[in-house]
Amino acid sequence: MIYFELFYTFFAIGLFTFGGGYAMLPLIQERVVANGWMEVSQIMDFIAVSESTPGPFAINIATYVGTQMGGVFGAVCATLGVVLPSFIVILIVARCYEKFKSSRLVAGAMTGLRPVVIGLIGSAVLSMALEVFFSAGFSLAVLTGYWFIVSLIIAAVAMVLMFAVKLHPVLLILISAALGIGAGYLEPLIMK
Amino acid sequence: MKEKLKRFLTLFAVFFKIGAFTFGGGYAMIPLIEREVAEKYGWISSQDMLDIIAIAESTPGPIAINSATFVGYKTAGVIGAACATLGVVLPSFVIISVISYVLTQFQELKVVQFAFNGIRAGVLALIFKALWSMYKKCPKSLFAYIVMALSFVIAAFTNLNVIFIIIGAAIAGIITSLVMARRAAK
Repeated sequence: MIYFELFYTFFAIGLFTFGGGYAMLPLIQERVVANGWMEVSQIMDFIAVSESTPGPFAINIATYVGTQMGGVFGAVCATLGVVLPSFIVILIVARCYEKFKSSRLVAGAMTGLRPVVIGLIGSAVLSMALEVFFSAGFSLAVLTGYWFIVSLIIAAVAMVLMFAVKLHPVLLILISAALGIGAGYLEPLIMK
Repeated sequence: MKEKLKRFLTLFAVFFKIGAFTFGGGYAMIPLIEREVAEKYGWISSQDMLDIIAIAESTPGPIAINSATFVGYKTAGVIGAACATLGVVLPSFVIISVISYVLTQFQELKVVQFAFNGIRAGVLALIFKALWSMYKKCPKSLFAYIVMALSFVIAAFTNLNVIFIIIGAAIAGIITSLVMARRAAK
């Protein structure tokens, strides 16, 4: 049943996300894409939507996938699923948190969890880059294709804006959108 | 009783506000929580705030939910935790439910498709920046580099379940730090 599947999938995602923000991305990519609920490109589109709307990414994507797959009740199941592991774990930890803070087991696990999240997000970034640049497959024609070059330019501009100018993510998304629209309407003129 | 009810409602309202006005999620929320919960209402101390961040980082789940649950529990018990968590979730839930229908309506438009073609390249930079910040914050050691490299290779080139990679890294971290502690004790 889709409602149970949504709940269970997002429960697992919530339970194994350490470090917040985009630490969830590798799990989302694996589970949500494997279930056929979203494609990598749609996840990227949704990251942009989530950055431009209030609230944490985790809740936003759970609500979105839930709504798409099972309407309002689907959204409730997915969101409840992603929230519940944190809620339960924090209630337990809050009772004995002096012990938790000084636990060598927790500290030890963290020395493995911090770097693993980085490796996993790295792999998520790789699959996103492949989606942006090589969604049509690998070939010489792709490398000289109009959208390949446009994407390359926009990605380069975005990198500079993020790292050198430290532009706000919402502005970055707006600028990328404007460049995409411009490139789309210029294509027939340039490729004539 | 009336006092308690008021506190539940305030917790809900405060976290609703935090959920409704934080863009970019998790960490962006921390200063707002501190201002509202520690400075304005004095429900928790600044030291508690530091603990919350540390705990949120070392427990599963999104930072926003972790900190809402923790503050709610410290302030008004389990029901308080439920009120704060519901409060922080609700704005996203409502906004995204609405947007989800709007997106479906407009995604066939050519101009929207062009926009998202551009946006995807921009998002790539965005996530790369997030990855870079996490890398800078992560304590560096030979062990950390090995875990990063191994998990990247396994995730990118095999079909091994991501959850197993995460569990494996946690176990490896525990074993390594126990071995290091024993060696240091000798």
